[in-house]
Amino acid sequence: MAANIGTGRAVSSTFAPLRIWLLLPGWLSIGFFLLIPVLLMLVYSFLTKEFRGGVIWEPTLAAYDQFFFDRGLFGDDPRRIEWKYISIFWRSIWQAGGATLLCLIIGFPTAFFIATRPDRTKVIWLLLVTVPYWVNLLIRTVSMKFLIRDNGPMNDFLQYIGLINEPLQLINTNIAVQIGLFYSYLPFMVLPIFAAVERYNFTLSEAASDLYADKWTILRRIVIPVVSPGIFAGCILVFVPSLGAFLAPDLLGGAKSFMIGSLIEEQFKGNIGNWPFGAASSMILLSLVLVALFFYARAQSQGERA
Amino acid sequence: MSETAIQLESVRKDFGDFTALSEVSFEISDNEFFTLLGPSGCGKTTLLRLIAGFLNTTGGTIRLFGEEIEALPPNKRPINTVFQNYALFPHMTVRDNIGFGLSMLGWSRSDVATRVDEMVSMVKLDQFAERRPSQLSGGQQQRVALARAMAPKPKVLLLDEPLSALDLKLRQEMRLELKRLQNETGITFIFVTHDQEEALSMSDRIAVMSAGKVQQIGSAVDIYEFPENRFVAGFIGETNLIEAEVIDASADALTCQLVNGAVLTARSLHEITKGQKGWVSIRPERMTLSKTKPKGNSLSGTLTGATYLGTDNQYAVGLTDDLSLNVRHQNRTSVGAAMTTGEPVHISIADNAARFLVD
Amino acid sequence: MNRGVDLRRYFGFFPMTLLCLFILYAPLIIVTVYSLNDSRSITSWEGISLRWYAEIFTGPESEKFRKAAWNSLTIAVMAATTATIIATAAAIGMIRGGSFRGKSASFALISLPIMVPEIVTAVATLIFFSAIGFKLGTLSILVAHIVFCIPFAYMPINARLQGIDASYEEAAHDLYASRWQIFWHVMMPIMSPGIISGFLLAFIISLDDFIITNFVKGAGVETLPTAIFGSVKQGIKPNIMALSTLLLLLSILLVTASYFVGQRREKPVPTNQKPETEA
Repeated sequence: MAANIGTGRAVSSTFAPLRIWLLLPGWLSIGFFLLIPVLLMLVYSFLTKEFRGGVIWEPTLAAYDQFFFDRGLFGDDPRRIEWKYISIFWRSIWQAGGATLLCLIIGFPTAFFIATRPDRTKVIWLLLVTVPYWVNLLIRTVSMKFLIRDNGPMNDFLQYIGLINEPLQLINTNIAVQIGLFYSYLPFMVLPIFAAVERYNFTLSEAASDLYADKWTILRRIVIPVVSPGIFAGCILVFVPSLGAFLAPDLLGGAKSFMIGSLIEEQFKGNIGNWPFGAASSMILLSLVLVALFFYARAQSQGERA
Repeated sequence: MSETAIQLESVRKDFGDFTALSEVSFEISDNEFFTLLGPSGCGKTTLLRLIAGFLNTTGGTIRLFGEEIEALPPNKRPINTVFQNYALFPHMTVRDNIGFGLSMLGWSRSDVATRVDEMVSMVKLDQFAERRPSQLSGGQQQRVALARAMAPKPKVLLLDEPLSALDLKLRQEMRLELKRLQNETGITFIFVTHDQEEALSMSDRIAVMSAGKVQQIGSAVDIYEFPENRFVAGFIGETNLIEAEVIDASADALTCQLVNGAVLTARSLHEITKGQKGWVSIRPERMTLSKTKPKGNSLSGTLTGATYLGTDNQYAVGLTDDLSLNVRHQNRTSVGAAMTTGEPVHISIADNAARFLVD
Repeated sequence: MNRGVDLRRYFGFFPMTLLCLFILYAPLIIVTVYSLNDSRSITSWEGISLRWYAEIFTGPESEKFRKAAWNSLTIAVMAATTATIIATAAAIGMIRGGSFRGKSASFALISLPIMVPEIVTAVATLIFFSAIGFKLGTLSILVAHIVFCIPFAYMPINARLQGIDASYEEAAHDLYASRWQIFWHVMMPIMSPGIISGFLLAFIISLDDFIITNFVKGAGVETLPTAIFGSVKQGIKPNIMALSTLLLLLSILLVTASYFVGQRREKPVPTNQKPETEA
C-alpha cells in the first residue's frame, strides 16, 4: 500500500464513496440471519428445556452440565464426569482427522501430478477432479453406500477375483464413515495443494538438486515446506466440514460411529428433542472449529512472515 | 501570451500522514505541451489525478479556464486521460472504445460514427477499427488510447507516462507522433514522465518535481542551462557539484572559492552577495582536459580513470583525495587523446559553463 | 533440463492420481450402471432397461418427486440470483472501497457462512426462526439458502474483480460515464465470467443442501435432497438410483457449461503487454 500512496494510484475514487451502500445488503443479510441466530443459539444453550421441543426462558447451566457430568437417574447423585457425549466428540475429532489424513495421502500426489502437467492437459485433469465436487453430496454418499454395502458391487467383485471369501462388513463401522468423509471432501484437499504447487518455483528444486539433494529429499525438505500453506488450507477444508458432518455418519455409520452432527440433529427432531442441549452441543462444536481456524490462521501468518 | 488553461493555486494533497503534494502553484497556457517530470514518488501522477478528478485536493484550488473544478467528478470535467496501461476496454472493439466517451456525452449514433472515423484515420488505424484491444500490438493500443481520449475534444489532455510500456524504437516514433497530434489538434497536453529525454524533446515547458514540490518550471534550455538547485542540476543530465563560497560578487559574475581552495568564476540566476555558501555545478561535457594550463576558468588535478563509452570518453579527474570530477570528451577521432592515468592534467571550463547554486 | 532427473516427476504420483480419480468416480459410475438395471432388486442384474427412469415420472412417488424438484429448482434460482446480486455489490464495495475501518471484519462476516459448520448454521437458523415466529416453509428455506449462498457467490466474483485493473473504471469515468453507466457498460461485461461462476456455484450449493433445509423446511415441504434422504432411509431403491443419475448428469452439465463460459470469455487484456507485431 505504502508504495502506491506516493503515486496516488491506491484508491479508485469511482466506487469508494458508495462502499457502505454496496456492503450493506451483505452485512444485513448475514448479520441478521446468521450472526444474530448464532448469538441467540448461545443464549438458548443457557435456557431450560421444554419437553416437545423449544425452551422455557429460565437461565440454567443444565445443558452444559448434562454434557460434561453425570448425576444419575434422578439428578442428585454426586457429580461424575459423563463420558458419553465427550466420547462422541472425541470420536468425531478422530474420524475427521482420519479422513483428513486419508485425503492428504491421496490428495497430495494427485495435486502435485496435476500441477506439473502441461497447461493444455492440466485443465482437463483439474476438471476431472472437480466434477464430483459439484455432484450432490447426498447422492455421492448414497452411491458410496451402495458400492460398499455387504452384498454390494465392491464385495461381489472382491469375492469374484478371490481376494476375500466372506463379504467385508464395512457398513455401520467407523471405517465406512471415514471412507464416506474422505470421499465427500477429497476435492477440497486437492484444490488448494494444486494451487500452491502451481505457484511453486521449480528452480528451487533445481537448486537443491545442484546442491546434491536427491529427489525425495527435495520433496521433503524443499517442496513440502514451500507449499505447506496449501497443505494446511486443504487439511482445514477437509477437517472442519468432516467434524460436523451429518450425512456420511448417518447413512454409512451405525450406533458405534455416532458423530456430533447426528447428536445435534437428534435434539431437534420430534418430541424427544432437547433444544438447550442441542444448542450447547452446537456451541461446543463451533468452539472446536474456531480453535482449528485459529491455529490455521496462526500457521498461515507465520508462514507469511517466514 | 495565450489564455490560461489550467491554474493551480497552493494545491496540497495528503494521504493520511503522508504529504504527496505541498504548495503547488503554477499555470499552464492553452495549446501548451506541458510536462511534469520527476522521479517516481515525486507527486507528479498525484497532481495529474487531481486535475483529472480521480482524487480530491486537501487544500488549494484548481481552475480550468478560470472556473474552479474541484467539485466536479471526472465525468463532468472536459479533461481526458491517456492511462499508463491504456485501460482499453477489453470487451469492446477499437471503434467502440474510441466512441465510448462520445456516447456517454449523448452524441447521436451517426455523429459518433463520423467522429470515430475521423479519429481512427488520424491515428492511422483504419484497418484495425473492428479489432479488439487484445489483437493489437502495444504501439497500436497506445494509438487507440490516444484517439479515445481525444475524440470528445477535451480542453486538456492528460498523459500518464503513456510511452513507458513501449520499447525504445517505438517510443522515439511516438514522441514525434504525439507532437504532431498536439500541433494538429491544438489541445493542451499535460504529460507526465520520469524520462528526461522525453521531457526535453517534446515539451514547451517542463515542471521538474521532487518530494511533492515543484522545483523548477521552464523550457528545456532553461532547466538544463540554468538549473534552480542541486536536485534539478543532478536530475536533468549529469553534473559535477563542488562545494564553494562566493568571495566576490560583481554584476555579471561571481568569484567562487571551491572547497579545495581553487577559484572559479560562475553565474547564478539570482542575486548573490559575498560570503554566500553553496555549490558550483559544471556539466561534464563543458570541460576539456589538457596537459598544459589553459587560459580562463580552469582547475588542475590528476587523471584517475578513463572509460571508453563509444560516442564519448569519460575521464575522472581527482582534485583532492575525496573530490573528483567527471569530464566527457566526444570521440571525434577514432583515437582518443593520449592520456594515461596518474598524469597531472588541467581542466579548462567553457565560458559561462559554471553555475552557482544556493541549495 | 537433464532428462534423466525430471524434478517434476515423482514415482508413484501418477498411479495415485488414477487411484484418486477411480475412488471419485467408481461410486457414481456404479450407481449409473445399476440405475439401468431391469431388476426390482438392487443386488441382481437382469439386463438393461429404462423402467426406473419412467418410474420417476409416472410411478407412485412421481408426484412427490415432481413437487420436490420444483421446490428445489425455484429455491435454487431465487437464492442464487439474490445471493449473486448481494455478493456482486459486496465485492465491488470490498475491492474498490479502498482501505477502511472494519474491512477485515466485513470480510469475516461475508465468509461466516462458510466457516460455521452447516449443522450449527442449521440449528441457529431454526432457533432464530422459531424465536421470532417465522413460519417454517418454502420462504424460510429460501432465506436460509440466500444467506449461506452469499460467500460461495462472492468468492469467484471477488477473484475476478481483483484481477481487473481499476483504471478501466477510471477511464470510463474520465470519458463521461456515470457510476451506473460504468457498472453496466464496463464492469459487468468484464466481470461477467466471475458473476456467472458465482451464480452457478451458489445455484449448485443451494440445490445440494440437505442439512439446513432439513432443519428449516417445516412439515410437508420437501426439496429433492430431503425427499431422496427420506426415501433412502427405508433402503436404496432402483428409482432413487435413476433419480440420482439424472441429478448427476445435471450437475456435470452445469460444470461443463460453466467451464466453457470461463474459456470462451476472453481474459482482461494484460496491461503493459509487449507488442507481438507492429504494423
